[in-house]
Amino acid sequence: MNRRFYFRFGLLLLALFHGVVLCAGFFAPYDFSAQNREAPFARPTQVHFLDARGHFHLRPFVYRCLDGSASCETERSQACPIRFLASTVPDRLGGNSSWHFFRVDSPGQMFLMGTDSLGRDQFSRFLYGGRITLLAGWLAASLSLVLGAFIGSIAGFYGKAWDQVLMRGSELFLALPWLYLLFAVRAFLPLQITPAKAFLLVVAVIGFVGWARPARLVRGVVLSAKERNYVLAARGFGASEFYLLRRHILPQVFGLLLTQAALLVPQFVLAEVTLSFLGLGVGEPAPSWGNLLASLQQYHVLASYWWMYLPALALIPLFMGYQLLADALQERTKVVVV
Amino acid sequence: MLTRLALMRRGSLAGNYLRLLGIALAAAMFLPGLGQAGHDEFLRTTAEAGVPGGRLVISLRAEPKTLNPVLAMDEFSRDVIRCLNADLIHINRGSQGVEPALAKSWKISADGRHYTLQLRRGLRFSDGHPVSADDVLFSFQVYLDEKINSSQRDLLIIGGQPIHLEKLDANSVRFDLAQPYAAAERIFDSVMIVPRHLLQSAYGEGKFSQAWGLNAAPNELAGLGPFRLKEYVPGQRMILERNPYFWKEDRKGTRLPYLHELQFLFVPNQDAQVIRFQAGDTDVLDRISADNYEVLERDQKQRGLRLQDLGPGLEYNFLFFNLNNLSAKSLPSVSRKQAWFGDVRFRQAVSSAIDREGIARLVYKGRARPLWGPVTPGNRLWLNPAIPQLPRSLSRARELLKSAGFSWNSNGSLMDARGQAVEFTMIASSSNAERLKMAAIIQDDLKGLGISVQVVPLEYRALVDRVFKTFDYDACILRIASGDADPNSDMNVWVSNGSTHLWNLGQSHPSTPWEARIDALMAQQATTLKYQVRKRIYDEVQKIVAENLPIIFLASGNILVGAKEAIGNFQPAILDPYTIWNIDELYIRPSVQARKANGWTP
Repeated sequence: MNRRFYFRFGLLLLALFHGVVLCAGFFAPYDFSAQNREAPFARPTQVHFLDARGHFHLRPFVYRCLDGSASCETERSQACPIRFLASTVPDRLGGNSSWHFFRVDSPGQMFLMGTDSLGRDQFSRFLYGGRITLLAGWLAASLSLVLGAFIGSIAGFYGKAWDQVLMRGSELFLALPWLYLLFAVRAFLPLQITPAKAFLLVVAVIGFVGWARPARLVRGVVLSAKERNYVLAARGFGASEFYLLRRHILPQVFGLLLTQAALLVPQFVLAEVTLSFLGLGVGEPAPSWGNLLASLQQYHVLASYWWMYLPALALIPLFMGYQLLADALQERTKVVVV
Repeated sequence: MLTRLALMRRGSLAGNYLRLLGIALAAAMFLPGLGQAGHDEFLRTTAEAGVPGGRLVISLRAEPKTLNPVLAMDEFSRDVIRCLNADLIHINRGSQGVEPALAKSWKISADGRHYTLQLRRGLRFSDGHPVSADDVLFSFQVYLDEKINSSQRDLLIIGGQPIHLEKLDANSVRFDLAQPYAAAERIFDSVMIVPRHLLQSAYGEGKFSQAWGLNAAPNELAGLGPFRLKEYVPGQRMILERNPYFWKEDRKGTRLPYLHELQFLFVPNQDAQVIRFQAGDTDVLDRISADNYEVLERDQKQRGLRLQDLGPGLEYNFLFFNLNNLSAKSLPSVSRKQAWFGDVRFRQAVSSAIDREGIARLVYKGRARPLWGPVTPGNRLWLNPAIPQLPRSLSRARELLKSAGFSWNSNGSLMDARGQAVEFTMIASSSNAERLKMAAIIQDDLKGLGISVQVVPLEYRALVDRVFKTFDYDACILRIASGDADPNSDMNVWVSNGSTHLWNLGQSHPSTPWEARIDALMAQQATTLKYQVRKRIYDEVQKIVAENLPIIFLASGNILVGAKEAIGNFQPAILDPYTIWNIDELYIRPSVQARKANGWTP
């Protein structure tokens, strides 16, 4: 299998992941905050094709949950078929999109990843949480890339004192243990804020901390690019500094920034997960992947409910996708830069 | 601080009956022991006779702050101090009745204002120094000293005046109260007798508050409790050893305590405590959450553990709104919302919308009772069964809101009469998973009324600061753990100038007629000696509270405890300290397995 295959595979994986998360309202069967108080910590619902008499059904179905609890017994007599691409009839659990990828006829319920302590569907929360976490990762990565590109190009292009000050500053940021820095910064900010503000704060905090590495890389590229003959020639023809940067130098940086983005997004997704896991991210009932994992801090969850780990497992293909993409991009940019 | 005095026993408050009870109890528990003990008047217990030896390990969530019983405020210091010290008359946590401790008997005057206590003969502190009435006088002098500022001082002020003590002879002391006190001799519980010979110089020099800190050497400390200090390793453990001079013996005449050593391990949080207990590192565990109880219960047999659900305790969780007078503070956003919070119909609507059964099921796994009033079902003696237990009803809540001038806009959001959307924040302690879960449930319940609630988890000290000092909050979820079944223990919650009158603190005079009525009733019950009359009065207090809902009661969790099966005489109670209240009677059954597990040495 060649590099191209990995690149395509990574891209496909990411497209799938992002597509599903982006259309959480369609793919999630329930509303993320809907509490099903009869079913706290319900196991992932089993999907059946064979009924009690061994007959095969093309349309998968679930059995109705009697008590809904973790030790849920299934009532074999009542099978509830899963309907794909069905519109929601407003029911107890609600749902904020009228069309859903799948849904189960009442009174059946389908919790693909089980439920949490308040009986909320983990699968729906995972999808809606992904919106917040991935968006945080993307926004923070864009922020730090813009900052990094700006600072790096100034340092590389103007050199001298600019270079010294900015690069020593970036070394300071690189040397700081970023996780602890995030804690410190987050702790200084007010606790009592709305979820939207909390989200922006997390993005800003992560983004502002992460600019140093891209800045140093950009500086290196700018430094070598500005000495190239065609740049010197353009300068000799009287091109302005802004023109040189825009027309000749920054295009060189583009490939590098793309690779960096593929590396930074998962890193910042993880940062958001970490912050939310420790209760410093987006507040309840809004889900984020860190929030979903936060309940694992409790011993009884850790010891009793294996399905609460599922959101962590689901992160693996996402990170793998980004890694494959970053590898492939790096190969490509090498060609461009050299 | 919440008072933690006085428990009640059925019918024990009638003046004459009380006096008789005291003497009879003293006679029943003490006299049979006289024969064996010679001049020393040991208290003979009735529990199963155990086997001396062994070590018991208990985990504490935090280190004690001090070993000075007069200054101790936090529960962890008190847990240790209870093992090192003793009081004159003690409340038996199991029976909830009073029993003689250092005082072998007492008499109460007909007017209920004078108590004459007779000390046991032959009492010695854990350093061997004999005890006399002077030690009692000294102890009360310190407790009552305004400069020392003991948290228990308030309890010893009756009718606005401190209790007056008079030494009658070397072994008897008379206590004079300014007025009769309903909880009677229960007032003596947890007022520890401290050694004058060790503390007087520090007290004289004005250094009492530095005495008996954690850096005190074991030989600087002495008490009358079953154990004495052996070793303290900061951050790790505190080891107590058996007090050879302890004043109790079992029914076979063996001197208590049975245990040779008691070890407190400092374990940072409840999950860690549960893991250590499950692994067999600790022997006893209390205050287990319902979630962890379920985990422990699963393999208790294999691990040799015995878990017990003692049923509802005395603590209650509740939601309350900020009704403080904010005229002196600039908190316009809170003041604006007080127009809603102050309307009893709004509070009733909120109460009506809350799914208490859901809270009991989801937060406590069913190991809790929904609450509608201030007295929990665990407190059978004082519970008013007439308080209506209304099930959740959104339609009733909507009716109430409508009658209070609220309406709903096209999105279903609740709007007040001025057309502003009803939304508020609710603070809860970030370290308490149970209350955060309650907050999430209430948030969802109120969404059904069109009220938007934002839950703000705050670090506990920050939360206390907002509730008690800055008043910068809309609503708060909190828990009160009454140390006691007696109504007096919650006095400072209900009277309008009480230090824990959470919803409206620092009132110079009651701000509402019903608060004035509660003030009068609480004062009346505090000096009424007849149980039936007191009960009637307190029933009315409960009714007024349930009608006006300054506090919206949610649920009361069961008391869940556990111990190794090898521990004998384990009789947990619903009163704090739940498991080690009879530490002097606990013993380790000398089976081979238990010997191995506990390093038992005869």
